[in-house]
Amino acid sequence: MKRYGFLWMIAILLIGTMAACSDNSSSSSDGGSGGEGKIELFSWWTAGGESEGLQALMDQFKEEHPDIEIENAAVAGGGGSNAKAVLANRMQGGDPPSTFQVHGGDELLAGWVAADKMQPLNDLYEKNNWKEVFPQELIDMVSKDGNIYAVPVDVHRGNVVFYNKSVFEENNIEPPKDWNEFLEVAEELKSNGITPLALGDKNVWPSTMVFESILQANLGAEDYNKLWNGEIPMDDERVVKSAEMFKKVLGYVNEDHSARAWQDGSQLVADGKAAMNIMGDWANGYYKSKDLKPGEDYGWFASPGTEGEFQVITDTFGLPKGVENPEQVKEFLTVLGSKKGQDAFNPKKGSIPARTDTDMSKYGKYSTDTIKDFKNAKLTPSLAHGSAAPEQVVTKVNQAVNVFVTQQKVDQFIESLKQSVSSLK
Amino acid sequence: MIKGSSDRIWSIIFILPSIILIGIFVYGFISWTGYVSLSEWRSLVPDYSFAGFENYLNLFKDFRFQADIRNTIFFTILFIGAVAIMGQLLAVLIDQNIKGESVFRNLFLFPMALSFVVTGVVWQWLLNPSTGVNLLLEKIGLSPKWYISTEVLFGIPIGKIEFGIPVAIIAIVIAAVWQMTGFSLAMYLAGLRGIPEELKEAARIDGASEWKLYRKVIFPQLRPITMSVIIIMAHISLKIFDLIYAMTGPGANYVTDVPALYMFEKTFRAQDYASGAAIAMILLISVAVFIIPYLLMNRRED
Repeated sequence: MKRYGFLWMIAILLIGTMAACSDNSSSSSDGGSGGEGKIELFSWWTAGGESEGLQALMDQFKEEHPDIEIENAAVAGGGGSNAKAVLANRMQGGDPPSTFQVHGGDELLAGWVAADKMQPLNDLYEKNNWKEVFPQELIDMVSKDGNIYAVPVDVHRGNVVFYNKSVFEENNIEPPKDWNEFLEVAEELKSNGITPLALGDKNVWPSTMVFESILQANLGAEDYNKLWNGEIPMDDERVVKSAEMFKKVLGYVNEDHSARAWQDGSQLVADGKAAMNIMGDWANGYYKSKDLKPGEDYGWFASPGTEGEFQVITDTFGLPKGVENPEQVKEFLTVLGSKKGQDAFNPKKGSIPARTDTDMSKYGKYSTDTIKDFKNAKLTPSLAHGSAAPEQVVTKVNQAVNVFVTQQKVDQFIESLKQSVSSLK
Repeated sequence: MIKGSSDRIWSIIFILPSIILIGIFVYGFISWTGYVSLSEWRSLVPDYSFAGFENYLNLFKDFRFQADIRNTIFFTILFIGAVAIMGQLLAVLIDQNIKGESVFRNLFLFPMALSFVVTGVVWQWLLNPSTGVNLLLEKIGLSPKWYISTEVLFGIPIGKIEFGIPVAIIAIVIAAVWQMTGFSLAMYLAGLRGIPEELKEAARIDGASEWKLYRKVIFPQLRPITMSVIIIMAHISLKIFDLIYAMTGPGANYVTDVPALYMFEKTFRAQDYASGAAIAMILLISVAVFIIPYLLMNRRED
């Protein structure tokens, strides 16, 4: 055995390295569930603009309530993939954070509300007169059976195309109004040696957003929603038409799309290597952080055929059951829903406020335009971000999209989509 | 006699806490996972009603899981093969009493000190088809697509998938081999150092050439080491998660997906706890298939 001493040392070293590597993911979860006079604020806002927004919000709260301690318990990871796993563990284990970030719609309602883990906040809405200032569609996205379960803090738009202005000018191109026009424009760009559509779908959902935009154009906001509650079947001819259009559109994306994350896709437009990028308006925050000028370096338009419609992605915060200091958490939610709170948070995050009566002068050019659209447009929840359907369905649709992007077999795609929503009935 | 039995009692008392803890936290939770995998728990609301093997059947019918099995098989074969061969080769080279041996040894061992996540991120950059090593390779007229390729080599359609070697998996094998070769090198080196000098002397006196010496004397002596390398690498490759999560994710058309990734997404993203547990059980069984014969063999040898 002696001659294997060296080997054993290596084995121990190896085990040690592995243990050390796997340790740091859990360390953020042992803060305890907001003990006396402490609020633990759980989110996945750790990147650029968003963490600054969160800090501004916490500063605002500290100013109004210096006696209550507030702690940032953010878990890094784009789209909340890691945060959601940590949250699920803590909620199942009976150790909820004081309040946590969750997308309005099914992610909240079919998830935590259905699991009976949330407390209704109707009294808070009454007290602050919030029913007057939040749009009804937004309140619907956080309500079930007459109870309101969360306070929306921001709104992002999903159906936006960002484009490189100088590329459009050089090629003498106008923003396309529908998807057929989009194809014509794309063909022209392609023949001039420019990638028409930038895509970074390493995490799949950016492709789902493209498909979602096409679906919405073909079905309209209302019927689009019916798709996700099972009233319209997936083999509806408009869905098939959309899948065929999606296939054509995929012919115009950059070849290395699966190696890129969403921001690497958006970067292609910034560099002028690609002309357009279908992305939620967090891309606006990204371009800003790269010192590009909105309206000069890059422009935007609603994705073809969805003008007058607004695909909503909203971040909300609620009150989980089993929290020790619900009154203090409600104080925080009050600040979160207040004009001051929303105006502190949103300009930094790059999103628009969920309230309709905020101070417009604090927002940049893109946001003021979007705030106007938000007031007038027809609102519809986004699938790719968990608002339109339960997570089980979203994951399966993402899976179907991921396969379709490579194989491009329409029949098979429709079949998988049908299977994804089969659990809804 | 009395002393002996009290020793026995003491030894049991000392070992009892760890037996209880392992019983609960390892075997207890394995059985709990098995139980969940047979249930209907497919949302945030636990539902323990019995579903039989439905979750397992659905998995094996699933395109993504079929792709996972294919990827795991070829990743394991290519990874173990490369690690064993390269480790052996490097160990033999280092064993030639070269100058600065310890420098080389540490150089090759060093990647092992990194976490798989770091390796994944670095190789993601290196093998990025538009910015990485391709900038050099393009000069000699090559531009491989590395991990974004969706091609499957020698593909024959089985079930819903094309069964063959996914090109993208090769990129991941390169990264994994870069990290783990040092480990197999160390094991082979220990093995080589363990071979008594007399054996080599005897062979040389009998007039064996250097090549024959290795083939007839040294390599056969290394066979138990190869066995250990295969077992250790197999359980790493079957359970691999962090490297792929950091480097490529599931990949287009699931060419770089593995069961551990799918398990994570099924459980925590789709909130489908029952299917997640089923994947975990399949993983456990596949690792056990490698480990148990090895443990039995070791026991017999002892």
